[in-house]
Amino acid sequence: MLEKALIGSKRYWIWIFVLLGIIGVGFIAYLQQWKYGLGVTGLSRDVSWGFYIAQFTFLVGVAASAVMLVIPYYLHDYKKFGKIVILGEFLAISAVTMCILFIFVDMGQPMRIMNVVLHPTPGSVMFWDSVVLSGYLFINLIVGWTTLGADRKSVPPPAWVKPLIYLSIPWAVSIHTVTAFLYAGIPGRHLWLTAIMAARFLASAFAAGPALLILLVMFVRKVSKLDAGTEAIQSLAKIVTYAMIANVFFFLLEVFTATYSGIPGHAHPLKYLFFGLDGHTALVPWMWTATVLAFLGLGLLIFPATRQNEGILPIALVSVFVAAWIDKGMGLVIGGFIPNMFERVTEYTPTATELAITVGVYAVGLLVLTVLYKIAIGVREDTAGEAEHH
Amino acid sequence: MSINRRQFLKIAGASTVLGLGGASVVNSLKRGGLEASQMSPDPKGLVAKRWGFVVDVSKLESEEDYKRCADACHNIHNVPVFKNDKLHEVKWIWKEPFENTFPGTEHEYMSHEFKEKNFLVFCNHCAKPACVKVCPTKATFKRKDGIVMQDMHRCIGCRFCMAACPFGARSFNYLDPRGKDTDGTPLIKVENKTFPTRMIGVVEKCTACYERLSIGQQPACAEVSNGAIVFGDLEDPNSEVRKIIATKYTIRRKPELGTQPSIYYVIGGSEHA
Amino acid sequence: MYNSGKIIAGLVVFLAFFAFPFYYNLGKANARPEPKLNTPVIQQLAEKKCVESRDFMRSEHMQLLNDWRDSVVRDGNRIYVNAEGKKHTISLQNTCMNCHSNKKEFCDSCHNYMAVKPYCWSCHIQPKEDKS
Ligand code: SF4
Ligand code: SF4
Ligand code: SF4
Repeated sequence: MLEKALIGSKRYWIWIFVLLGIIGVGFIAYLQQWKYGLGVTGLSRDVSWGFYIAQFTFLVGVAASAVMLVIPYYLHDYKKFGKIVILGEFLAISAVTMCILFIFVDMGQPMRIMNVVLHPTPGSVMFWDSVVLSGYLFINLIVGWTTLGADRKSVPPPAWVKPLIYLSIPWAVSIHTVTAFLYAGIPGRHLWLTAIMAARFLASAFAAGPALLILLVMFVRKVSKLDAGTEAIQSLAKIVTYAMIANVFFFLLEVFTATYSGIPGHAHPLKYLFFGLDGHTALVPWMWTATVLAFLGLGLLIFPATRQNEGILPIALVSVFVAAWIDKGMGLVIGGFIPNMFERVTEYTPTATELAITVGVYAVGLLVLTVLYKIAIGVREDTAGEAEHH
Repeated sequence: MSINRRQFLKIAGASTVLGLGGASVVNSLKRGGLEASQMSPDPKGLVAKRWGFVVDVSKLESEEDYKRCADACHNIHNVPVFKNDKLHEVKWIWKEPFENTFPGTEHEYMSHEFKEKNFLVFCNHCAKPACVKVCPTKATFKRKDGIVMQDMHRCIGCRFCMAACPFGARSFNYLDPRGKDTDGTPLIKVENKTFPTRMIGVVEKCTACYERLSIGQQPACAEVSNGAIVFGDLEDPNSEVRKIIATKYTIRRKPELGTQPSIYYVIGGSEHA
Repeated sequence: MYNSGKIIAGLVVFLAFFAFPFYYNLGKANARPEPKLNTPVIQQLAEKKCVESRDFMRSEHMQLLNDWRDSVVRDGNRIYVNAEGKKHTISLQNTCMNCHSNKKEFCDSCHNYMAVKPYCWSCHIQPKEDKS
C-alpha cells in the first residue's frame, strides 16, 4: 500500500517538500541544542520543563482521542464512522510519533534513553508512560494497517485484530491517565496535585482531538473523493461539545477549590496564570485568550444552528483546539513551576531554537500524517471506484 | 553489583575462547584467589542507619559563615559557579531567608530580622524522597544509610526529579559545567583533581559527601561550619544530632508533604525561642 | 526474474556504500597500538603490576571499570580485593590515573585505534599532560 504515498499531484509534492524543509530547519536547531545543551532553551533551574513536555502532554491527548471513533464504530456499530475510523487511528500514530520525539528532544542525555529499559523502575510513572505509549503506537500501527489492507481487498478485517481493537480502547484511556499521573502524583506542585487531573486530561483530549479530526476530515473531503458524510461530522461535533463542556466544568471546579479554600499554595499558580504574580504576567494574555476561545467555541457548538452550519463549525473547532492547546500546551506545565519551591517567580519564555525544534517535530508529525492519510485515501478511492464499476 | 564468580568465569572463559589470553586468570582462579575478588567498604568509613543533619542558624552569624559552608562544598565537588546566568545556575547548598525556606510559615507580625534571617538549604535526604520515586532509571536512589544518591553515569536528564523535589534541591546542567561563564572565566575556578565534575545534561545535587564519609571524614559543610551544621545518625539515640533534637525545638521544611526530610533546623536566635 | 539488472546494480551500489569504512581504512591505521607504561609512578613500583593481570586488564578493563563504578556509586564499596588478595582503592581518577598519568599514550592510543569514545572524561578529570 505504501506505493500510494509515492503517487501524487504537484501540490502534494510541494507540501511534502515544504514539510521536509521545516524538518531540516528543526534538525539544524536540534544539532545546536545537541552541542550546547538544553541551555539553548528558555528552561531554567526553576522552570525545568517547558514547551517540549507541554507539547508532549497535549499530543498524548490527541493520540488518545482516536478512541472517540473506535468506541462508536466497533462497540456500538455506528456505521457512519466506518470511513473515518482509519483517519482517527492514523492521527493517533502521528501524534504518538510526535510525543516520542518531544520526549527525546527534552532529554539531557538522549543517548542514554535505553537506560529506561535497562533499569526498569516500576515505581516511576515515566516508566509506565513509556510502556503504554509505545504499546499504543504498536496497536494502532497493526490495527490501522490490517484493517486498511483488508479494506483494499474488500474483505472484512481478519478476526485476530478484533481483540486488539477492543484493547485499544482502555489503552487509549490509559495513555492519558498515566500521562496525567506524571503530574498528579507529585507532592508540592499545587497546580498539579489534583485528583481530577486525569479526568481533565481526558476531557480536554476528547474535545481537542476530535476537533482536529473534523477539521482534517473536512480538508480531506475538499482535496479527495473521500467524503465522511455530514452525519459523521455532526456526530463528532457533538462529542467535541460534550467533552468541552466537561473540560470547562472540570477547570472551574479547580478554580473553585483553589480560590474558595484560599490556601495560598493552591491559589498562587492560578493567580499567576490569570492575573500575574509579583508583577510577572507573561502567561496572562495567553490564558485569557484561551478562556475567550473556550467559551466562544463552546457557544458556537452548543447551539445546533451554528454547529450545523459548516461555515461556522470550523471556527468553533479551531477555537476549542487552540483553547485546549494553550491550556495544556502552555499553562498547565509552566504554571506548575510558578511560583517555585521558594515562593519566587522565575518566568519562562521559549527561545527561537526551542520553537524551531518544536515546529520541526510538528512537521515530522504532519509528514507522517500526510503519508498515512494519502495511503488511506488512495485505498478508499480505489475501493469506492470499484464499487461503482461492479 | 560486583563481578561475581559466575560472571568472572564467563569473562575469563570468553576471553580464552577469543584467544585474548584469559589463561592466567583461569589459573589464578584454580588457586582459589577469585573468591576474594570482591568489593567491600573501606573500614575507615563512617556508618549509620539513617544519616541526618541539624542546622543551627543561631550559630550562623555573618555572611562569611554562610559563604564558608557553601564554598567548601562547591569547591571540593567541582560545582560550577554561575555569576550572572542565574537561570542555569547549579548549586548544592546555599542560603535562603526564613520566609522562602519555610513558605506559609511567615506572618505579618514577625520581626523583619527574623523574616529575613538566612537559612542554609541543601538536599534533605528525605526518608521518603519524591525524587527517588519518580526517577525512571534509578539514577537517583536511596542508599541503605539514608543518603539519597545521584548516579550521574546513569541519569538521562529527564528532569522528572526536579519537578518532583518539593525543596528545589536539584540542579540540571543546562550548559557544560567545564565551560565558561558569560564573562569568559571558567565556571569551575579551581578544579579539585580528586573528584569528578559532571557532564552536560545530567542532574546533580548534594550527595551528603558520600565520598568523604566513606573514608571517615565529616561532610565538608559541617566541618567548616563551627558547629552550625551537625551531622549524625538519626536512628542512634546517643548521637549528637539526636541529643540536639531531644533538647531543642527543631523544624523541618514542608513536613506536611510526607517526604520526611532529614535536616532539622534549630531556630534559636533569642532567649524566647 | 524481472529487472535483475537493476537489482544487481542496486546491490553493488549498496555494498560499495556500506563497505566504505573498510576500504577507507585499508592500508592505514594498521600499526598496532602500543600503550606506554613508562610513567614515573609505574617506574617506581617494585612489582610492575596492575590491579589484575595484564591480560585480564587488556580484555576486561571496561567491564571491571563498570563494576567498580556501580560498586562505589551505588553500594558505597570502594575497596577492591584482587585475585591475589591485594587491596586497591576503587577510583578511576585517584587510583588508575595515578599510575597511568599518561592518558594520551595509554588510554587514547588503543581507544583511538579501536575508534571508541568512552565518556569517562566528560566528568572524570584527566591528568595534566604535556601537549606533546
Ligand atoms: S530534598 Fe528533594 S532531592 Fe533531596 S531527597 Fe528530598 S526530594 Fe529528593
Ligand atoms: S533527571 Fe536523572 S536523576 Fe532525575 S529523574 Fe531523570 S534520570 Fe532520574
Ligand atoms: S553534605 Fe557535602 S555535598 Fe551536601 S551540602 Fe554539605 S558539603 Fe555539600
